[in-house]
Amino acid sequence: MNETVLTRRAALMATSGLLLAGCDKLSESPTVQTVLASAEELNLGGQRLVLTSSQPLAREYPASEISRDFKANGTVQPDSDEYRRLMLTEFTDWRLKLDGLVRKPSEWSLDELKAMPSRAQITRHDCVEGWSAIGEWTGVPLSHLLQQAELLPNARYIVFRCADDLIGSHDGSGLYYESIDLIDAHHPQTIMAYAMNGKPLPVPHGAPLRLRVERQLGYKMAKYVMRIQAVDDFSKIGLGRGGFWEDRGYEWYAGI
Amino acid sequence: MTVETAGAKLTIARRTRTGRELIYRHGLLVRIAHWVNAGCFAVLLMSGLQIFNAYPMLDWGAKGDEGDPALLSIYAEDQLEGPPIGWVQIGSAKFDTTGYLGVFRDRDGFLSGRAFPWYLTLPSYQALAEGRRWHFFFAWLLAINGLVYFGYGFAARHFQRDLKPTGGDLRGIGRSILDHLRLRHPRGDAAKRYNVLQKFAYLGIVFVLFPLMVISGITMSPGMDSALPWLPEIFGGRPSARTIHFITATLLVLFVFVHVLEVLLAGFFNEMRSIITGWFAVRPEKTRRPS
Repeated sequence: MNETVLTRRAALMATSGLLLAGCDKLSESPTVQTVLASAEELNLGGQRLVLTSSQPLAREYPASEISRDFKANGTVQPDSDEYRRLMLTEFTDWRLKLDGLVRKPSEWSLDELKAMPSRAQITRHDCVEGWSAIGEWTGVPLSHLLQQAELLPNARYIVFRCADDLIGSHDGSGLYYESIDLIDAHHPQTIMAYAMNGKPLPVPHGAPLRLRVERQLGYKMAKYVMRIQAVDDFSKIGLGRGGFWEDRGYEWYAGI
Repeated sequence: MTVETAGAKLTIARRTRTGRELIYRHGLLVRIAHWVNAGCFAVLLMSGLQIFNAYPMLDWGAKGDEGDPALLSIYAEDQLEGPPIGWVQIGSAKFDTTGYLGVFRDRDGFLSGRAFPWYLTLPSYQALAEGRRWHFFFAWLLAINGLVYFGYGFAARHFQRDLKPTGGDLRGIGRSILDHLRLRHPRGDAAKRYNVLQKFAYLGIVFVLFPLMVISGITMSPGMDSALPWLPEIFGGRPSARTIHFITATLLVLFVFVHVLEVLLAGFFNEMRSIITGWFAVRPEKTRRPS
């Protein structure tokens, strides 16, 4: 008797299956996604309300709180020949470019960056996946670099171009990039870090230079930064959403 | 016939066809808030399990060191031969949950290694970004709905009048516990108001669990933690807040189970009518105990 095989569990599964098929359809619908994504505006607006006026700092921790094992996520070593060459020569040939909407496009070596005013901070790194780790980051404040290059008044976003290609594309379309606005770019804890826990930045954490934007999630903090670009609009970069993960559905504003 | 609002004294306004007294039990705003809340909770629960699946463990403290054992972890363990095993680890105990948690047959029939199975997550496939979108949209909706409900609850004296336990309630608590255990539901005048256990359950949901859910959720935001640095302090760190968020969600699920069970026991159609239309039929007093 086949009918009796339809147990309550199977019936429940079938019902929830139908419901969920509907949910998946909804989840894949661009209209639904647009409506759902409107919450990002509320997240940004709400957080800007409490974050902008006083530019509060992210909490800094004592050295005793530093994580013994700080997980390296995403790319742990960029795959290009060029990066391997830079790595083997300990980044002596590496130059950070800063161009775009600036009066003085600039290039700095790692030693030149290290000779600039620096900031060290022990902060909590929050991954979008849900884990947290605490580490010490030393680097040059991004605001200092922007000052050196003299940002033009029409610049609105700072874009970070990276050496890692998470999807192994051969045309560069998978190269990691990120963008932040000037409120976060000028925040005192927004630094280009060249050291982690007192040692040169390890390759899995983004050697030679990574971004720290302490009030946002980990995916904003681009690793292996090669070039910084000041732009008035990022819609022509990548798929136009302001970052590698943003192009793959994640929020541009990652304060939550 | 007079239709009284929820704020007014209960008066006999209608009768059912079988002659039962109908009272207007739930005001319009309470009914709307109930269903908006129920919908939000379902979406938030399922998208929350989707988000949990991206990092299927719970840590405690300010950071979750990779080396430290998690409080709870759901994972798949590959076998040299044969299918993988799904494990739920809580503290030092480990349970084989193959087929349900950790390892299960996916919608397409193939074995999958994720924490919560496809029929409990939104969307059903692994998609953290989509899960987060659902979660944040409905979190805002839940918060706005909750604020409207709070405002109404105090202003219209719904909390003070309907949810605040009276002295008589507190004295009768033992009896109420026995009645619940015997699955006996109040009749007559007693059925016109919430019983004491019901009041405590609703107060706990409204004033403890939902606020805790919202606050522990906000604490997971690095932006909010910078603006309000005392937030993570309440819980002892972001990983702790995430764990409390999960435990509170579990308690809310338990509440929903008991809540739905009580609705079924107390009379499904009458209870559903009252939370949809507001009108509730009071069962008359009985002197004879049903055998």
